[in-house]
Amino acid sequence: MRAAFDAAVDRHGATVLRICRAVLGPGPDADDAWSETFLSALRAWPELPEDTDVEAWLVRVAHRRAVDVVRRASRAAVPTGAADDIAVLDARAPGPGGVRAGGSGGAPGVDDDEVDPRIWDAVAALPTRQRLCVAYRYLGGLRYAEIAELTGGTEAAARRAAADGIAALRGTLIQTQIQTQTRAQSQSPPQSQEVAP
Amino acid sequence: MTEHDMIEHDAPGRSPLDGSLPDGSGGGDTVDALRAAPADTGRLRDRLARDAEREGLADVVYRTVDSPIGGLLLAATPVGLAYVAFEVEDADAVIATLATRIGPRVLRADGDSPVLDAAAAQIGQYLAGDRRDFDLPLDTRLATGFRGEVQQHLARVGYGRTATYREIAAALDRPGAVRAVGTACATNPLPLVWPCHRILRSDGGLGGYRGGLAAKQRLLAMESAA
Repeated sequence: MRAAFDAAVDRHGATVLRICRAVLGPGPDADDAWSETFLSALRAWPELPEDTDVEAWLVRVAHRRAVDVVRRASRAAVPTGAADDIAVLDARAPGPGGVRAGGSGGAPGVDDDEVDPRIWDAVAALPTRQRLCVAYRYLGGLRYAEIAELTGGTEAAARRAAADGIAALRGTLIQTQIQTQTRAQSQSPPQSQEVAP
Repeated sequence: MTEHDMIEHDAPGRSPLDGSLPDGSGGGDTVDALRAAPADTGRLRDRLARDAEREGLADVVYRTVDSPIGGLLLAATPVGLAYVAFEVEDADAVIATLATRIGPRVLRADGDSPVLDAAAAQIGQYLAGDRRDFDLPLDTRLATGFRGEVQQHLARVGYGRTATYREIAAALDRPGAVRAVGTACATNPLPLVWPCHRILRSDGGLGGYRGGLAAKQRLLAMESAA
């Protein structure tokens, strides 16, 4: 690539951060994965062919760096391979409402931006394969064949996992919203024109 | 029609309670929420620039600073300060030029960067009237050929003094190269540090300035008042 690397950070930095947060949860691990993704990209940049789809390339690098971050943290001598990537990420995957190993769960002070815990908690509640397929498809824009290469399994399985993931995510978000609204309503005095339940 | 196509038709910004996709998966609004999740990379970019500089991976680091003569873009290589640009220049074009002429691994560094920190501090002191000379590591690779000779000669014209394009040409033993001296000043990669604002026309005219004539006048007035 002859173009300035900085423009790629401008264009894709936020997307890659959302992907890292989707895969690892918001916090120091996601930050490390983002940093190492762009450091790897920086190393490779001058030799990268001009016709590379930079975003798709960055998403693939981000997947590998996210797995590396978890491997390092767990110091587990896990063999390499796509199927094992899922296993590695699975090993630290948070259960619904669970605490992440190494992740902060969007603890205040870790991020200087406003992390929306609602969406990331909902993403964290997904099974690992669904979480990855949703992130790489709907944030990263990868083709299902490319996703299958990263996550193992077939193209059809990747398509199904992404669809199931989005459907589950939607269900969780609706639940959260209903709860939030219910809480808000129970905290605010009833409006006079409203019919009492 | 894939579900992805359908998602493209989903109106953004709706809550997960509204609408669903024709296939009943209702993914569009959820995808919008995912894509709209806040992701501020400012702090991570500072860290990236620091890591890259430390590991020698950055061809160029740059930042923009405010100054009394308008915004300045400062760009450094591992060797030293390589380029200073003015607000009147198109920053994207400047970055593209640096990527082409120095290398494509260009990074914005708003956090710590030793050379940029020193350059910003010294230029700030100079523009406040508190500094007459610069003491910075410089990367002179953009100052090549006769132009480069002219540009590096500029520092010999001291603070508060001026010279003409003709005098500079004569001093470099190229009395016929007055126009080339003008071009060299116009393409000076390190204005302020190499003071091309001190070079005027023989008839007393201001000549040109990459940062605009108002900035040139202001710098000359500041120096002569000191």
